[in-house]
Amino acid sequence: MYDFNYHKPGSVDEAIQLFLAAEDGIYLAGGHTLLPSMKQRLAAPTDLIDLAGIRGLSGVEYAGADLEIGALTSHDEVATSPVVRSVIPALAELASLIGDAQVRNRGTIGGSVANSDPAADYPAGVLGLGAEIVTNKRSIAADNFFTGMFETALEEGELVTKIRFPKPDAAAYVKFPNPASRYATVGVFIARTVSGIRVAITGAAPSAFRCADMEEALTSNFSVEALEGISLDAGEMNSDLHATAEYRAHLCIVMAKRAVRKLL
Amino acid sequence: MSVSVQLNVNGKPVTVDCPANTTLVDLIRERLELTGTHVGCDTSQCGACTVHLNGRAVKACTVLAAQCEGAEVTTIEGLGDTDNLHPMQEAFRECHGLQCGFCTPGMIMSAVDLVHRESSINEQVIREGLEGNICRCTGYHNIVRAVETAAKKMRN
Repeated sequence: MYDFNYHKPGSVDEAIQLFLAAEDGIYLAGGHTLLPSMKQRLAAPTDLIDLAGIRGLSGVEYAGADLEIGALTSHDEVATSPVVRSVIPALAELASLIGDAQVRNRGTIGGSVANSDPAADYPAGVLGLGAEIVTNKRSIAADNFFTGMFETALEEGELVTKIRFPKPDAAAYVKFPNPASRYATVGVFIARTVSGIRVAITGAAPSAFRCADMEEALTSNFSVEALEGISLDAGEMNSDLHATAEYRAHLCIVMAKRAVRKLL
Repeated sequence: MSVSVQLNVNGKPVTVDCPANTTLVDLIRERLELTGTHVGCDTSQCGACTVHLNGRAVKACTVLAAQCEGAEVTTIEGLGDTDNLHPMQEAFRECHGLQCGFCTPGMIMSAVDLVHRESSINEQVIREGLEGNICRCTGYHNIVRAVETAAKKMRN
């Protein structure tokens, strides 16, 4: 990787000042996407702003309403948190399926969400649960957050500080992992919430998306059979050496059926 | 840019001035000359570079040295030595949990963290827990046996 300037601010305000002053700055959380990308020279930022020195960006809080997870909370902390496992067990399970043990010890929820990798797991959970992404200056509904492949509604320099999850009545996540990387070839998150059934899919398209056809079908009849006959447009799916667009479209239905089965 | 990093490696305080783009594994191997930690893929997949950072297994190829300011790092050299092997090292030897040995330091560091954090150890837990470590020789059977064997000794 190319050389860069390294900064370790002690506050969110200082981090943002450093970002704005840098020629081509980038925030460093767990670094498990950023550092490999820099080694491959897919990214060559001039300044890395390490968030690890900022207090208050990590940890899980639940006061009986929403579950709040700090942006720097590692996947392993979410996977093993007794609070997350009790309030939204499907979210803890999702985190336990990310990468491998060493990756889960370093990778963070904020980093994953801000990166909007088309095959990342968290976007499905964040969108499926109708979470809010809280930043240094506002709160963004998940429905408006994931705007494209590695693209989000975050503005230049805007920093995710925590994710706020409403507690669902029930939720399940099922994915078809790439056997080597364990990224989601397709992952489907289904939640029964006070505002209705939500179905969010990751891995299949340029970014995580909700499937209105499945939501309608499951709202009128929450069963595996309700998903028979639904088909997703392969023209909107990703295609690569791991899976064709047609295969991904098919996997969306299969994974959704398995998620429904877990909720029955 | 050069950074100055103070950390503790295998119980010894260390101060290193290095370029900001130095990875933890490069610091360990090239600057501290602790070459028991290996670099296999350098893409955070194979796990040969696994060390403990503040007690948890991490892939040292995907951590910057600068991120380790004030940290406690344990490498395979800090686990045990030839005359005083750690139970996990002894079990890998006893169970023939290696052939070429390249992946072994990373396997052992991951396995020790696994045994420390999992309340019950069985074959499935071991196989899933070592998903981040790739061995291209043995087919994993003897590695699983070694971890099972060591877990019993570590808990006695």
